[in-house]
Amino acid sequence: MGAFVEIIDLNKHFPVKDQSMAFRALIPFGARKAVLRAVDGISFSIQKGETLGLVGESGCGKSTVARCILRLLPPTSGKILFEETDLAGLEEENLRFIRRDLQMIFQDPMASLNPRLSVRQVLAEPLRLHEKLTLKEREERVLEVMDQVGLDRELLNRFPHELSGGQRQRVNIARAITTRPRFIVLDEPTSALDVSLRAKIVLLLEELKSVLSTTYLFISHDLSTVKYLSDRVAVMYLGAIVEIAEAHELFRHPLHPYTKALLSAIPIPDPNVRRDRIILEGEIPSPTDIPEGCRLRGRCPVAKTTCSEEVHLREVASDHWVACHISGT
Amino acid sequence: MTGPLLQIEDLTVHFHTEEGIVEAVDGIQLLVQSGEVMGVVGESGSGKSVTALAILRLIREPGRIIQGTIQFAGRNLLGLSEEEMRTLRGSHISMIFQSPRTSLNPVLSVGWQIERLIRLHKKEHTEKARDQAIQMLRQVGIPAPERIYHEFPHQLSGGMCQRIMIAMALVTNPKLLIADEPTTGLDVSIAAQILDLLKEMGQRTGAAILLITHDLGVVAGYCDRVAVMHAGQVVESASVKKLFQNPLHPYTLKLIHSIPRVDVDTVMETIPGTVPGLIHPPPGCRFAGRCQVAREVCRKIKPQVQSINGDHQVACHHIGHW
Repeated sequence: MGAFVEIIDLNKHFPVKDQSMAFRALIPFGARKAVLRAVDGISFSIQKGETLGLVGESGCGKSTVARCILRLLPPTSGKILFEETDLAGLEEENLRFIRRDLQMIFQDPMASLNPRLSVRQVLAEPLRLHEKLTLKEREERVLEVMDQVGLDRELLNRFPHELSGGQRQRVNIARAITTRPRFIVLDEPTSALDVSLRAKIVLLLEELKSVLSTTYLFISHDLSTVKYLSDRVAVMYLGAIVEIAEAHELFRHPLHPYTKALLSAIPIPDPNVRRDRIILEGEIPSPTDIPEGCRLRGRCPVAKTTCSEEVHLREVASDHWVACHISGT
Repeated sequence: MTGPLLQIEDLTVHFHTEEGIVEAVDGIQLLVQSGEVMGVVGESGSGKSVTALAILRLIREPGRIIQGTIQFAGRNLLGLSEEEMRTLRGSHISMIFQSPRTSLNPVLSVGWQIERLIRLHKKEHTEKARDQAIQMLRQVGIPAPERIYHEFPHQLSGGMCQRIMIAMALVTNPKLLIADEPTTGLDVSIAAQILDLLKEMGQRTGAAILLITHDLGVVAGYCDRVAVMHAGQVVESASVKKLFQNPLHPYTLKLIHSIPRVDVDTVMETIPGTVPGLIHPPPGCRFAGRCQVAREVCRKIKPQVQSINGDHQVACHHIGHW
């Protein structure tokens, strides 16, 4: 049996127009027409019931991956297999049927709710589109998911602006689970929330996963939360996956210099822990101008001449994959 | 000079809104010694930013400083005229904000923005002003400062803009730098670079830093002492080592346990409830409604700040009893 979700050589390129003032500063001289390679040939798989964490800094392409998987953006090339159906090649009409099983939770709880729909309407909408239910059944399902995410039933007729930030994110989560999806993509679901709220939402997501026996792709730049929720973690840098491993293995024995640097930058809430910081020189290059060979080459503290050769993910320990010429050999 | 650099006593700030009086900051005490990094940590709405703005007397209507004193280098800032305050801001006390790109002037080159400050505050009107500006850019780690001098904020990344802000804040050699969530919105590795730079620049120039953050990790890594704020009150303050080793306030303890860690496996706990509304806040301890050890006295009487072992202050009825 194949994987539950399998991504094979996914690419998403955006043409960058030369009139665009916003990008002109980013384009090197002599290359006025450019291609922005937001997602540049990535492959990974997710097993049923698993949570895969996808981490990386802004601009690394992690949200673009999420949008491509759900076909909110058409991928440039590659396969997106969901239970062996290729979503990348699916017609819009057929896609609608499968979307019931695929849901997404977004970062900004306010921006992702229609301000003119009440909580009841927001939660009933997916049911109206995807399931043939009587009005009564629909109302029952709405109340059921509200209980599941810990929303007071009194909020049923409220509008998004009448809710607190935490309540809004619970509505977003409730909306995503009304159709009982089998795969949920969470795009930075806790980034806009306060510390105490974050903990509550993380614990809710953890609980819901076991109640609904669903599968998560959890995207975030917050590595401590990712570590808490994920079974395996993939690290993205500049459109590519540089390392992928079981969560504890990755945090205990990071191999890729980028992963090491990223982990060393996270502040630890314990003044007695002192770590050696690994500093990457400069800033992330533009995705219109990705270096040949290893993409970290220009910033990597251990780079050698071999790093100008192309590098692919290889298995260096059991289920621990890394794309580096130097580390793990 | 003897005594603390900044000493806030009984500071109370209210916002008079249509819904009622928001008691945003309620009789807080805060101490900053020269040259130290003092952290202020708390959730949104705890009054951290309002406190920072009050120090600079930048509270705008409908906000009002109701009472208290803010002693800075021996002078009560609340007693100064607006004119005196203006000469103090930027030269003796500087501030950097959360979103560097919107805090910079979009139509002036970043180098000129620094040079203007040198001309204004140091009365330096020759070419030396430009040399100093470029020198400052170099000190905050800007590559090719002669070229970047002419760039505009929109041409630079968020991390670079925050470096420019730090350069602007420190070019006048202030004694106190207030940094209000300086790394929110920046990526982890850039955030770490900015905090390293802040700490290094603080040490190099001798400026004390008041670092406002919601991240206890940042406090542990960069601060010497810390004050924990909840619902407009300072509930606990101590040296960072003491606070993490021996947190005395139930809120501090909950806060420490509510964050997952990358280095060790922990069980994550949540803080029950939410920060109480600050219009007619609860009369007793403002944390009582969320506190698992709260008793009758906590709901009725506001706990006074007590000193434990000298420099560890806490406002809780239950010290040692829970």
